[in-house]
Amino acid sequence: MLTTRTDEMPRDEPARALRGVPAPRTPATTDVARLRVSAKTVVADGVLALELIAPDGGRLRDWTPGSHIDLVLPDGLTRQYSLCGDRWDCATYRVGVLREPGGRGGSAYVHDELAVGDLVGVGGPRNNFPLVPAEHYLFVAGGIGITPLLPMIAQADALGADWRLLYGGRRRGSMAFLDELARYGDRVLVRPEDEFGLLDLAGFLGEPRPDVRLYCCGPAPLLAAVEGGCAGWPPHALRTERFVAEVRGAPARSTSFEVELARTGVTVTVPPGTSVLDAVGAVGVEVLSSCRQGICGTCESAVLAGRPDHRDSLLDDEERAAGDSMYICVSRASSDRLVLDL
Amino acid sequence: MTATLGTNAALPTDDVDPFSHEVLEDPLPMQEALREAGPMVHLTRYDVYAFARYEQVHAALVDWQDFQSAAGVGLSNFRHEEPWRPPSLLLEADPPRHDAPRRVLTKVLGPRALRRLRDRWTADAEALVDEVLASGAEFDAVRDLTSVFPLRVFPDAVGLGREGRENLLPYGDHAFNAFGPANDLVERGTPRVAELSAWVADRCRREALAPVGFGADIWAASDRGEITPEMAPLVVRSLLTAGVDTTVHGLSAVLHAFATHPEEWQRLRVQPSLARLAFDEAVRWESPVQTFFRTATSDVRVGDHVVPDGSKILMFLGAANRDPRRWTRPDAFDLTRDPSGHVGFGMGIHQCVGQHVARLESEAVLTALARRVRSLELAGPAVRHHNNTLRAWESIPVRVRTA
Repeated sequence: MLTTRTDEMPRDEPARALRGVPAPRTPATTDVARLRVSAKTVVADGVLALELIAPDGGRLRDWTPGSHIDLVLPDGLTRQYSLCGDRWDCATYRVGVLREPGGRGGSAYVHDELAVGDLVGVGGPRNNFPLVPAEHYLFVAGGIGITPLLPMIAQADALGADWRLLYGGRRRGSMAFLDELARYGDRVLVRPEDEFGLLDLAGFLGEPRPDVRLYCCGPAPLLAAVEGGCAGWPPHALRTERFVAEVRGAPARSTSFEVELARTGVTVTVPPGTSVLDAVGAVGVEVLSSCRQGICGTCESAVLAGRPDHRDSLLDDEERAAGDSMYICVSRASSDRLVLDL
Repeated sequence: MTATLGTNAALPTDDVDPFSHEVLEDPLPMQEALREAGPMVHLTRYDVYAFARYEQVHAALVDWQDFQSAAGVGLSNFRHEEPWRPPSLLLEADPPRHDAPRRVLTKVLGPRALRRLRDRWTADAEALVDEVLASGAEFDAVRDLTSVFPLRVFPDAVGLGREGRENLLPYGDHAFNAFGPANDLVERGTPRVAELSAWVADRCRREALAPVGFGADIWAASDRGEITPEMAPLVVRSLLTAGVDTTVHGLSAVLHAFATHPEEWQRLRVQPSLARLAFDEAVRWESPVQTFFRTATSDVRVGDHVVPDGSKILMFLGAANRDPRRWTRPDAFDLTRDPSGHVGFGMGIHQCVGQHVARLESEAVLTALARRVRSLELAGPAVRHHNNTLRAWESIPVRVRTA
């Protein structure tokens, strides 16, 4: 639905470099850095579905099947969760969260503490596991690894592709989203281990076929088994995403950091809640931007020193690890100081 | 709140033809009239709904769920009419089919991928500017510069052979005319459509492309299964359709702006790093791509009005980029302004995938010019080139004083 807001859109500000009037810019789009929990539902033993909306109920950043978001939880650590909702609903994200055994980390917080109405920091979405076009798909899910595959399956089905899903788990009661998968009938094989034993991968995969794409998400042993089972398949036929519990990336900062602008010779402090783009603009260094959502790439800035905390949707893992550029409309710093080529 | 079609009784109407030569010569009065008439206006001549304010244009651009592209982004509605060529996998596609081609091209034309071109394009721009300035103090900025530079660097970057490059501009010009009604501009291009389309299709084959370049990168993505081999030539075609005319007219826009705003040229001379910003300000101010259509996927409420399911909306990017509700002194070409957020490249999932290419080309040309040219002014009346979608110059006679 088109916006029904009646308030005036923000106006452009004159460049401070030339007029010397420091003033923060107003974001031109919904600030999606913090989202509100709008629903929290038990969908299987130990598995919650969490729904997130923008605080103003507005449009969220677009995503494609296979995408994940980063949740930044109060302990400062970041966890990645696959989006498993409906992309035609532009206002809601849905993720599935498994309670991890041991129960001290982020999943315990999500299960025990996080409540409907709470705000939570969100980065992305980002897609390292995109669905490529094909006429035939085989999907293999282990446990909570079903989440990225759900929107892929919906898409493959909508496009009229020929597809099958093999879905394994410990017990039927621990396997999420069985109700949503029921409508696909016998395209879906539900194989809880306590009823069926180990997954019959060889029988499911069959002979190598050049026109089939295989997608697998689940724990490492399942991925290894599928990779072994696909040894005779053409390269690029198999795409996998490892479901790693409790990814412990660098802690996200909740405090301010310094950005040194090497060419300008100015250092600015970026407080929480202010983007690097705005902080830099406030001292008169105009950096062109467009989407302000980490999507278009216009505000790319070269990083000369320091460690960026990437929140964009553009860089892949390798490019992130290189740490030599960042999109300053959304990305921040995990080090105390960044030096940018500005 | 419920919406009924009855509320459209109060919908402003206008019988203007946005594709008439009078409007194409100077669209600004029509844009202002539509913008001030309301957030949505019914254009009776074509039975389409116009958005001319920034808020509605921006909202419609990002809302691919309600306003689709797969029914065509021109006046023609692919639900009922046969497209003049196989639809673009990018421009004329919706998710999910849009996802894979877009992902591939975003990477191929991304800022990181363009780094390897920067030094060469900078040198090419300096060489061309030297050539042009050596020929005298007066020249035609379109004939000698803005229509030359993109045709020098972009086809090379794609990996296109030398032969037949003169077909690129007429092909692109027709493609952008074809988004409008079947008027005289379309008629004028029609006799060559079959020939030009065949040439372009032939150039998109893997064998016709150099082993290094954007074209080869697209085919390599198909080897990795990211797109199908059937998609690859159509993705290459998007580069050849949308990558030349648009940059020519973008460059012309910024040079015309500087030729008519000497104080802004001095600003650029003092601070050449403003080149990037200057180009985007010119794209905002001139909006080389003036319009695109979308098609409503259901009855969509816009304020107090409703766009009926299946009807076409016409988004006036140029009008949005001069909406006083969004921009201070919108009609001024002003390098002290932050043009960020303009919709000259569109917005959302269909936002110009080549925008970084356009910025790099213009940055190279403007930087080279700023180094050599002390002042720049019109040496005679500039002449418009009419196109149903593009705002363009046929000729910009300029006089320069070199540094």
